[in-house]
Amino acid sequence: MINTQDILETINMIREENLDIRTITMGISLLDCADSDIERACDRIYDKICRKAEKLVYTGEDIEKQYGIPIINKRISVTPIAMILAASGGDPVKYAKTLDRAAKQVGVNFLGGYSALVHKGFASGDEALINSIPEALSETERICSSVNIGSTKTGINMDAVRLMGKIVRQSAVLTKDKGLVGPSKLVVFCNAPEDNPFMAGAFHGAGEPDCVINVGVSGPGVVRAALSKIPEADITQVADTVKKTAFKITRVGQLVASVASERLGVPFGIVDLSLAPTPAVGDSVAHILEEMGLEQCGACGTTACLALLNDAVKKGGVMASSHVGGLSGAFIPVSEDAGMIDAARSGSLLIEKLEAMTAVCSVGLDMIAIPGDTPEEVIAGIIADEAAIGMVNSKTTAVRVIPAIGKKDGEEINFGGLFGVSPIMKVNTASPAKFISRGGRIPAPLQSLKN
Amino acid sequence: MRAIITVVGKDMVGILAKISTVCAQHNVNVIEVSQSILQDMFCMIMLVDVSKCDIEFTAFAEGCRKLGDELHLSVNAMHEDIFNSMHRI
Repeated sequence: MINTQDILETINMIREENLDIRTITMGISLLDCADSDIERACDRIYDKICRKAEKLVYTGEDIEKQYGIPIINKRISVTPIAMILAASGGDPVKYAKTLDRAAKQVGVNFLGGYSALVHKGFASGDEALINSIPEALSETERICSSVNIGSTKTGINMDAVRLMGKIVRQSAVLTKDKGLVGPSKLVVFCNAPEDNPFMAGAFHGAGEPDCVINVGVSGPGVVRAALSKIPEADITQVADTVKKTAFKITRVGQLVASVASERLGVPFGIVDLSLAPTPAVGDSVAHILEEMGLEQCGACGTTACLALLNDAVKKGGVMASSHVGGLSGAFIPVSEDAGMIDAARSGSLLIEKLEAMTAVCSVGLDMIAIPGDTPEEVIAGIIADEAAIGMVNSKTTAVRVIPAIGKKDGEEINFGGLFGVSPIMKVNTASPAKFISRGGRIPAPLQSLKN
Repeated sequence: MRAIITVVGKDMVGILAKISTVCAQHNVNVIEVSQSILQDMFCMIMLVDVSKCDIEFTAFAEGCRKLGDELHLSVNAMHEDIFNSMHRI
């Protein structure tokens, strides 16, 4: 039998340190639902999602009880809807409403894939879909949207960057009386992964199989607790401890992924080994950085600590799973992380520092509230900066900022639930309008020429 | 299928008997038991075979948890594989 200490360690991780499976996400291809008639396409989409995901929630709950590990979310990602819209034309919001209905029917809390991939240019359907995002997000409950505007291989589509500055702002305006849910469910990517199980940026890429199970694990609390046991250790030992802990966390994800895939009769895709914080006490990435020896997140040294953490998480996780993918690393959303919220409130964490941190974390500027009067070209400028970091470093970066309509920096907004609370962060308002209005494409960097 | 039942809490008379009784009631065979005192806490770990259990494992696990609540102990019954996957390569 496994020794007592190991058994108690596992129980403690789950009961005290918030180890959980953050999401089982079923990726469903909708390519075979495309039709020149939008009504027929919607019917096919609804039927396919209900058929494939019929048992998803039930199976997730059953595994949760049997293995004693919380599985927080059961979700669905689908083929970027812009591809389906290309065949049918018509009002894209019809697709959003169909997806919302299907999500409710099968009982998942979010469905991602109201998306367009426009990193090199707009194809048929792309612009119409992007323009419909604010309305789609304000008129549905469970739909998440994402747009990929750049990649290392293609450069950055600056026309799309300009458009997304406007769309993010419009999404906020349209949902200002609904807790600003629009922009909190909209992600602008550079180098978007096609198999990411985490919302709001999940979609089912065109290279994916017909149906697949991807699992996202989490456990910032477990990593922090492990580090708190070695307060005097040098940094080599710190990295080693993170690595070993990430290995254990990911093994649980691999187990759940393989059991879920077997029971649902759907192939296993990847495990995404991300440290995804929640506003709950003891579930913070910022607190891990502080455990490493920073007075508060945002202090000088934060980027170095985060680089170490992100790298060690991947090294530990890679051996623990047969297929690692998605975003994999440490997330740094502001409103969803108790330590980040405190650091932003006290003025220790500024948006410029967060931008530097995104060069070494797994994603980007995430769940950051900005003043409501931030002009759309400034939002576009933020998107361009993030995309440039992703493009040059061959990594995924993303922007999910929330223009807090009617509020100024220094105030706070409460999103409720997992989205948390966010102090509104000050943004440099010197205008990038001329640069943004030029349009065109930033050429792919030398890093792309690997052939 | 095999499961691991862990019992952690303040030591008292009859813990082993009570947990074993629940196992016997549901035709769950106890394969191995180890118990120790860790930092003044009673800690018992049982490896059990639940393949002939007369109720769903999830209901059995829920029954164990409820018994724990009555006795002011933390009782968990979990599939063995979660421990195997985490601690064995």
